[in-house]
Amino acid sequence: MSDLRYLFFIGCTIPYRVTNYEVSARKTFAKLGIELVEMSDFNCCGLPVDPASHEMMMVLAARNLCLAEQQGLDIITLCTGCAGTLRKVNRALKEEKELRNRVNEYLSKVGMEFKGTIEAKHFIHVLKEDVGFDRIKDSIRKPLAGLKVAEHCGCHLLRPTKIFGWDDPENPEVLKGLIELTGAECLDYMDEPECCGYTIIAIDDKVALQLTREKLQHIKMAGAQAMVTVCPSCHLMFDMQQSRIERAFNEKFELPVLHFPQLLGLAMGLGPDELALGDLRVSPSKILEALKIV
Amino acid sequence: MADKPEMPKMNAETLKLDPSFKYEVMKEHDGETLKVCFQCGSCTSSCPTARFSTSYRPRTILRMAQLGLRRKVLESQTLWLCTACFTCTDRCPQNVEVANVLRVLRNLAVKKGQIPGIFTELASNIYATGYVYKIPEMRLRKRAELGLPPLPKANLDGVDKLIELAGGRKLLKSAEVR
Repeated sequence: MSDLRYLFFIGCTIPYRVTNYEVSARKTFAKLGIELVEMSDFNCCGLPVDPASHEMMMVLAARNLCLAEQQGLDIITLCTGCAGTLRKVNRALKEEKELRNRVNEYLSKVGMEFKGTIEAKHFIHVLKEDVGFDRIKDSIRKPLAGLKVAEHCGCHLLRPTKIFGWDDPENPEVLKGLIELTGAECLDYMDEPECCGYTIIAIDDKVALQLTREKLQHIKMAGAQAMVTVCPSCHLMFDMQQSRIERAFNEKFELPVLHFPQLLGLAMGLGPDELALGDLRVSPSKILEALKIV
Repeated sequence: MADKPEMPKMNAETLKLDPSFKYEVMKEHDGETLKVCFQCGSCTSSCPTARFSTSYRPRTILRMAQLGLRRKVLESQTLWLCTACFTCTDRCPQNVEVANVLRVLRNLAVKKGQIPGIFTELASNIYATGYVYKIPEMRLRKRAELGLPPLPKANLDGVDKLIELAGGRKLLKSAEVR
């Protein structure tokens, strides 16, 4: 049995519309010896309904944590929202006795109990803490020398610092470190740790798209050829909404947005088809040509 | 896409101060720190939404809550423009859980029946399918074509019971309630 064995929490957004993220993650994780155990039962992490009902968010998250406890495995996710929520609720239930009692009261009605025996991790925590940079470096076959990218880590992996505290929220370094292992250069840009706007797009799309647009502007200004994300929702804003932003503001970006496993996969020598690069809305053909991959 | 989200009319009723309101907020999970906000404005100046919205100002909302402007706070559409990025919470010199206090206020607005349609939609999807989105058949077929394993399914008997126990029934479309 592998020491890198996790329960794979896929979440809702990835199967709904960002399958290429899952495809590339499964391929690259296998190369790193990460074993994904499929869940037979799961539900939404709870985050989307938190603004309307914190209590509902908590029971939904707690139910997933209980399922992982029953299997005796730590959770791995590809989504910063899922990871952030499960991590936050796990910690609150472990630390706040009154809250745990209340939630366990609900859970007992469906034959479950929160015990606090597992952890929930985003895969970039797993890569840094469990896999380790050395093992990733050993997996690189075609370093992406000369490629300039910008990272967007996503709010729910960074803040509130009091809960997460594993990266500097004003100057996040973990994803940057991982990107540099691929041989690509990761550029700094203005307001780097700022939000993508996804959570309010259904409330006020004008404000949400202006947040996304501003980040795209700053990234272009820094001279990046591509952007790298680790969250399906952030990715939808920067990739899928990019042409809409271009039309709405009469501005051209043409900035490819790769999921980190796609970037890592290219550096491991996997082909663009294996990494489902063709499913990206903004074509990455220019960077593939520059890297002499196609 | 309104630039200025609708604000409740400023009549005597809306402006009535209710000193008990702050205690209502403070007794909710993570709502306690409302009392220590000293109005420096670090939250508003750090807020990405505030840069582009003409009406969303976290500091103003917190002050209105402290003063007890219950209706003006809970009926305001701007309350829903928080992206939950938690930059305000991180930068608050008083350790006010700004984003959480704002979430408590939105949760209270829901209890008073102010629910933006999107949340009814999302909650009903979870209740009916376990997922927050209704995933089309076509997507499931595409998974198989790509060689991906089938999607895990939620045991809905557990999920719907928990949602009801947690008071989520009011968020559901009536057609979804079993």
